[in-house]
Amino acid sequence: MDRREALKAGGGTGVIALALAAGILKPEDVFAADWNKAAFDTKSFADTVKALGGGGSSESDQILMTTPDIAENGAVVPVTVESRLPGTRRIAILIEKNPNTLSADFTLPEGTDPFVTTRVKMAETSNVYALVQSGGKFYHAAKEIKVTIGGCGG
Amino acid sequence: MPDPMRIRANMAGDKVEVRVLMAHEMETGLRKDASGKPVPAHFIQNVSVDHDGKTVLSAQWGTSISKNPFLHFRFKGGKPGDKIKITWVDNKGETRSDEATIAAAS
Amino acid sequence: MRALAATVGAVALVFCASVPAQDKDVTQREIERYRELLAEGNPADLAEAKGEELWKTKRGPKQASLERCDLGLGAGVVKGAYARLPRWFADTDRVQDLESRLVTCMVTLQGFTEDEAKKNPFSAPGRGSPIEDIATYVAGASKGMKFAPPLEHPKELEAFRTGEELFYRRAGPHDFSCATCHGDNGKRIRLQDLPKLTDPKEAQKVFTTWPAYRVSQGSVRTMQHRLYDCYWQMRHPQLDYVSEASIDLQVFMAKYASGGTVEAPGLKR
Repeated sequence: MDRREALKAGGGTGVIALALAAGILKPEDVFAADWNKAAFDTKSFADTVKALGGGGSSESDQILMTTPDIAENGAVVPVTVESRLPGTRRIAILIEKNPNTLSADFTLPEGTDPFVTTRVKMAETSNVYALVQSGGKFYHAAKEIKVTIGGCGG
Repeated sequence: MPDPMRIRANMAGDKVEVRVLMAHEMETGLRKDASGKPVPAHFIQNVSVDHDGKTVLSAQWGTSISKNPFLHFRFKGGKPGDKIKITWVDNKGETRSDEATIAAAS
Repeated sequence: MRALAATVGAVALVFCASVPAQDKDVTQREIERYRELLAEGNPADLAEAKGEELWKTKRGPKQASLERCDLGLGAGVVKGAYARLPRWFADTDRVQDLESRLVTCMVTLQGFTEDEAKKNPFSAPGRGSPIEDIATYVAGASKGMKFAPPLEHPKELEAFRTGEELFYRRAGPHDFSCATCHGDNGKRIRLQDLPKLTDPKEAQKVFTTWPAYRVSQGSVRTMQHRLYDCYWQMRHPQLDYVSEASIDLQVFMAKYASGGTVEAPGLKR
């Protein structure tokens, strides 16, 4: 069983845990194999969805995004995503106009709320997409966030 | 040894609410230093949160997560006194793991 | 870049007045919402944690920690000290702010020379500043408390008068004084509101938000750094770290901020 298959099978417990404990696998081995370089290199919403394994994505009003309309500083933009779609196991955040579209890809096992808040960098005013995988299909919502530069002080 | 994370985990109803602040530069690789040389990309690629031997959240991150990353999420199945462990690994292979004890409702 | 920003800033002061009132309000509300959304999980917490560790670490030629440092409430008392600074200290017979007091303790308790203690006062990308982290820790230990710096001792009163003169003195190529930006209500540079620092209502809300995590820099900025930056923006001569002038200015501003609640460490753009 190669590392990639072991990862998919193990899901964080069992085989992987044993291998880590035994020193056969080092943390960077396990994780390095599990970073989707292709997805993090894409430069459009459509390409990112494909790279994440989706044939396409439908807009959904069951995905709630809490974002500021204006970000005083594009270096730190708070984004909260909450999905009401049943069986949500994955939430990804995509920033359309960034040099690379994909910002984060969260895996949420059963028992974990389909909810996540984090902070992202935005190069310029752009649509920010929340991409959700539920029941094997992809859905999304989008919000435009305007990025400004503030003044020079406090 | 990378700086420690600041983890706050407390009960909110029947769920555990977790807020984490990680200390990391999250360099995109696009910034140039004072002499004009590009600062190499240095960013967290993987995050994993474990409770009671199970992973309750995992994530892959790119360079556009903000410096000193913040994360907030909720999961079921924990109780006050339980420990959660959060681990990150970055693109240079550096890693950091911290534990926190779940507190009662705040 | 900075020269351009300052020039644009000066011009923008004029233009801001001509933005339609309702657009300004919507923008203002959105900016406030942005700041609210950032309020949970302040990265300054990381500096606070480092600062607390440094406070307890044996350092310097004397290999001593700062745990006997007197910040005004007695040796080693950290909680509440920031809420009563700046103030006059008997052992140095000077009015001192938080950072100058930390320098004093680093010299007397840890054996550093004054130059060594004042070296690297401000962090930069890839380079932390121990004194900045310690200042964040100490300030945070007064969070939620009422800001009440003393203003009674003759030297405190003298510092106030000097600070006042400095606040209003116009100088440099732009003929700016602190009051140019901070002497009136309702001023703004682009999207940055400029608090009137002699109006208690506004001063109370902003003065004690320092030290603060500046998201634009990705690091903490202390009051000393803030003032240094102001002087740079005004194109005045450099404000030396923990100089008398820097402390006098704080004593002046602290009077109007008195009565506010300590919010440090804050979170800013």
